[in-house]
Parts: sequence; C-alpha cells; structure tokens
Amino acid sequence: MQNPYLPYPVRIDDVTVETEDKSLKTFKFVFLNPGDEEKFSYRAGQFAELSIAGLGEIPIGIASSPTEKGFVKFTVFKTGKVTSHLHAMKEGDIMGVRGPMGNSYPWDLLEGKNVVIIGGGFAFTTLRSSIVYMLQPENRSKFKDIHVIYGARSPGMLLYKDELMAWAERDDINMHITVDGTDDPEWKYHKGFVPAIAEQEAPPGDADTYAIVCGPPIMIKFTQPVLDKLGYGHDQIIMSLENRMKCGIGICGHCNIGKELVCKDGPVFTLEQLNMTPKEY
Amino acid sequence: MKVIQIKQSELDAGLEKLESACRLIGPVKEKNYHLFKTLESGQKPDLEYINTRLSAKSVLYPQSEVMFEFSLDKNDEQYAVLREPEKDRTPRAVIGIRPCDADAYKVCRRNFDTEEYQDPYWLKNYEATTLVGLACSNPCPTCFCTSAGSGPFSDKNLDILLVDNNDGYLARIVTDKGEKLAASAGWNTDAGSDAEAAIEKSRDQAESKIRSAVATDNLEKQSLIDLYEAESAIWEPEGFACINCGTCTYACPTCWCFDVQDETYGKSGVRMRNWDSCMYPLFSVHASGHNPRDTKIARIRQRFMHKLKYYVDKYEKGIQCTGCGRCVRLCPVSIDIRRVCNKMNSYNPETCSCEITSG
Repeated sequence: MQNPYLPYPVRIDDVTVETEDKSLKTFKFVFLNPGDEEKFSYRAGQFAELSIAGLGEIPIGIASSPTEKGFVKFTVFKTGKVTSHLHAMKEGDIMGVRGPMGNSYPWDLLEGKNVVIIGGGFAFTTLRSSIVYMLQPENRSKFKDIHVIYGARSPGMLLYKDELMAWAERDDINMHITVDGTDDPEWKYHKGFVPAIAEQEAPPGDADTYAIVCGPPIMIKFTQPVLDKLGYGHDQIIMSLENRMKCGIGICGHCNIGKELVCKDGPVFTLEQLNMTPKEY
Repeated sequence: MKVIQIKQSELDAGLEKLESACRLIGPVKEKNYHLFKTLESGQKPDLEYINTRLSAKSVLYPQSEVMFEFSLDKNDEQYAVLREPEKDRTPRAVIGIRPCDADAYKVCRRNFDTEEYQDPYWLKNYEATTLVGLACSNPCPTCFCTSAGSGPFSDKNLDILLVDNNDGYLARIVTDKGEKLAASAGWNTDAGSDAEAAIEKSRDQAESKIRSAVATDNLEKQSLIDLYEAESAIWEPEGFACINCGTCTYACPTCWCFDVQDETYGKSGVRMRNWDSCMYPLFSVHASGHNPRDTKIARIRQRFMHKLKYYVDKYEKGIQCTGCGRCVRLCPVSIDIRRVCNKMNSYNPETCSCEITSG
C-alpha cells in the first residue's frame, strides 16, 4: 500500500526573490530520487504540499508548467510558520514535496476555446503555469485567443516580471499588465485596478470563451459584475480556491465547502458550482 | 449463518488460547468509566458494561499517532527525509465491541479508503482486526441506533456477534474471519436449531426498548443551501448554548477529522496526526488570519451539516452517525443530535420552520 502522506525528498536548486518587498520567493526543486519526477506528473492548476521536517506542510499551487522538465517551481508568500522558515532556506537544502493534488484547470474543456486569464497579486502562480503550458509550441494551436489581465499594487510587486515583459512582446498572446499605481515615468503598461482593465480589455463572453479568475477576494468581488456585464455565463467563469488544509487528499476533513473538499474535488471550480455551495472559503 | 454456544468458562478459556495468536482488546473499567484497552495476559474484558465513554474509534485510529520519523542531524545521510516507523500490525481481536461502534468503522472506511487514496494507518489496522461484537440487551435512553443505520443486534460490520444467553453467549459467526477466530479459540459447540430464533427474539426485545429515533427520510431531498441558510430555525437556536468544547467530536465514533503536526526532540522528530475538531476556530483559519467559519454558529452548523447532509449527499449511504448517543449524554449544554436531525429533516424553507421534537 502506497503511503499518500509521504513526501518526495527534494533539494532546493534555486531561490529567486520575486517582489520588491521580498515577501515572495520562487523555489525551484529537483527530486532526489530518480523516478519521483515522473510520479509527480501534474497539470496546470494543481497544487502540492511543501514539507519541511520539524515544521510541517503547506499547500501551494504549482508555478512551473508540466512542459518544463527536470524541476518543479513554487512561489511562496511569507506569512506563517512554515513559509517563514522556507524563506530562510537556501540552495542545497533538503525538504519534501507531496502531490500533485487537486483537479487542475479543465484543459480538455478549454481546448479550442478563447482563454481569458484574470489574475491579481500573488495568486498568479498556477496562472503562470497555465500560460507557459498554453504557449508551448505544440500546445498553442489547441487554443484560440489568449488574453491575460494581470495586476499588482506596483510594478515591483508583479510576479515573473521578465516573463510578463517577454509575453507582452509576442503576438500569440494578448497581455494586459496593470498596476494600481506607479511613479515610474517609463511605465508603458496599464494603470488601474484589475476589474476596470478587464472591462476595457477582456473579450465579450460567448460560448467559446472561458475566464480563469484568481486573485484576492476584493478583486474577485469586483471582477464578477464585469464578467456578468460582458456576458460570461457562470459555467464559463473558472476559479481556484484556497482553504486551510492538512492532508491534501480528501481525508483529514479540514478544507470542505459543503460536501466538496477543496483539496480533492477542487481547488478549481466554476462559479456555477460555487453558487451551489456554502461560501466557506 | 452458524450459531454456536459459548459458556462463560469456555469464553475465558478461549480468550486464553487466543492470547498467543493475537492481541486482545476489550472494554475494561478504569476509575468510573469503561474504555477499550489492550488486555494484559489473563485480563478479562468486562462484558457487563453498557458502553464505553469514548468510542472504539481509537482502536483503529489512535487519538495521537506517529506517521513519520526523521533525523534533524545534518551529518545524517537521511537528514530531513521522512520515513514510516515500524508499526505493530499483528492480528488483533476486539472482544465485546458494541454494534454501533462496529458499524461506525464502516462509516469511517468510506473516508479512509477511497478509490484514489488509501490511508495506510487506518486501513492496515482495520485489516488486522477481528470484531467480536456484543449485542445490547439493555440499550440506554439516549440510544437511537435503530433509526441510524445500526441496531442493538446489528452484525453488518461484525465477524462474530455475541448474545447474552443464560450462563454464557450465543455466538453468530458472521464472516470467515470470525469462523477462524472461533476455531482458534476452540468455540465449536453447535447451539442447535432454535438458536437463531432465540437471537431474533432477544433482538426484538432489545429493539423494543429503544424509545428514541431520528427521522432521516427527507434529508436527501432537502436542498443543501436551504438547510445551510436555516439560521433562524436551526443554527442560531441550536448554536446559542454551544461552548465549542469539542466533546461531541472526541466522543463520536464517526468523527474522523485530524490535524497533522511536527514535533522535534533535539536532533530527531516526528510527524504525527491528532484528532481534530471542527468545533475549534483553528480548524479552518487561514494563515492570513481569515477564517471561513469564524463563529460558533458556523462551526456547529458544519458538524451537523457534515453528518446529516454533506455525508448523506456524498455517499448516499445514510447518515454519518450510528446512534450511539454519546454526544447526547456528554454535551454540557444538552445539544441533542436527534433534535437537530429531526429539525433538518422537517425543515420547510418556505416558512423557515421545522418540527421540534423533545428527543
């Protein structure tokens, strides 16, 4: 019997500070045991438990794309006991990764469709995974137009800035990068909150267009009426939830919203599904 | 099914024989209450008991259990790598478990043993265990097993059912596992052709003594969101007195939630799991401080909605309760799952009202 609570041992291969306030770092892990990377086969939108012996585990969205081989990446906000310790860890340190977990974005459904990604703040990690996945040459033709509306408080708080800038130069993806405000006279992207930019830039909703929305509750709250106005059906609005979790495999009972377990039945739900469940997230 | 007669003296002799083949677990009295414990050599289970204060849940699922060990010594080759400790998986038999607690294992199994993931700790204990149940001839006033998918003589999840009979027991052998145990114990006296009828008669008598019930027939048809939103009719009045002590969840044989914590001792450590309770604010609080269930009303609603609606909808196998009545007996503020269940079952969202029963 496989023990689903046992993490794969990994070594920290690289640590990148993502934001100017240093509250977000990206950790690149390589698996210690040959074969574990293959067992950790994942889809964009899934998450994993990062495990530090002596401190515990934290559920974190996978930021690397399944098309990137040889490592897995996670971007972690420093907030609690485990994440604070993780931020102090260095290249070469040994820890664990357990997963992948959850259901991922509905890639079968999204094929052949326009995909509109709307993200805010540091909830952009699995969205990065998704964009890299879709832009992979053998995947790009499977999707129609791709729009990305992504905002942060200031330019220095945007995640994956180099990649964002590189995507903005491409003609196979429509990037709409925005910040709440900046005093940088060279800033050539949008200024304004994500819902407002979404209203200007997102394509109108139709049967072939799906929106993936990830961000802080306030962004989600004000983006929803915009999508309603643009004509997106609630089954075409896809969201990824977070809740306190322990096991990540639907057994410990911590993360339920109604009868759904965020870790196993989610974390990805359509707004239509969420309308039928208690708002306990 | 075969029924055999076991005299008291044969029971004792059989248990002595079994000692060499397996670990025996049974009800023993400590201070004022009974609990399930591994029996020491020669120690007899106290089969005169009514029921244990805490359920038999801990036999398969200890309140605290080490999941992994690890070294925090940087010179160690296996530094910071988790490994599963050796666990005692020798066969064991629980002697005298009540049918409600045995049926509760079946309920819990739906959580621990799923298509995608199997919890090895719970499942390996379950597989190593033979359940010798003791039928309830004298149920308590708080028992409502007959309307909760169990019963005083329920053998749906037993290997052997013992029924009090004069100077000993009638034993119904339910499974092959039970058959093997009876053979190793040397219990083989055929109880005769009337035995099954005698058991049925005792069962009818016992069932007639159960005076309380829950109505569950309408739970599945109720709308989940309607029940969830029934604050004024159900959750506020029921939650008003609740002190979120968590006693109900600890006493409950079907409450399976757990927390995972790491503990370190110098240069070594363990990852362990501990029973957790949805009655506690920490159960659902995010690292950000946001808590989706930030009131006691929200937490008591979670417990009852889980048992009586989410579980019902998810598995379509009845309620997540076997009617043992422990939470009813132990609740310091007299919250009664029977009353809550009947309210949920009879709730009318149009009038926001429900039937209130005294039970």
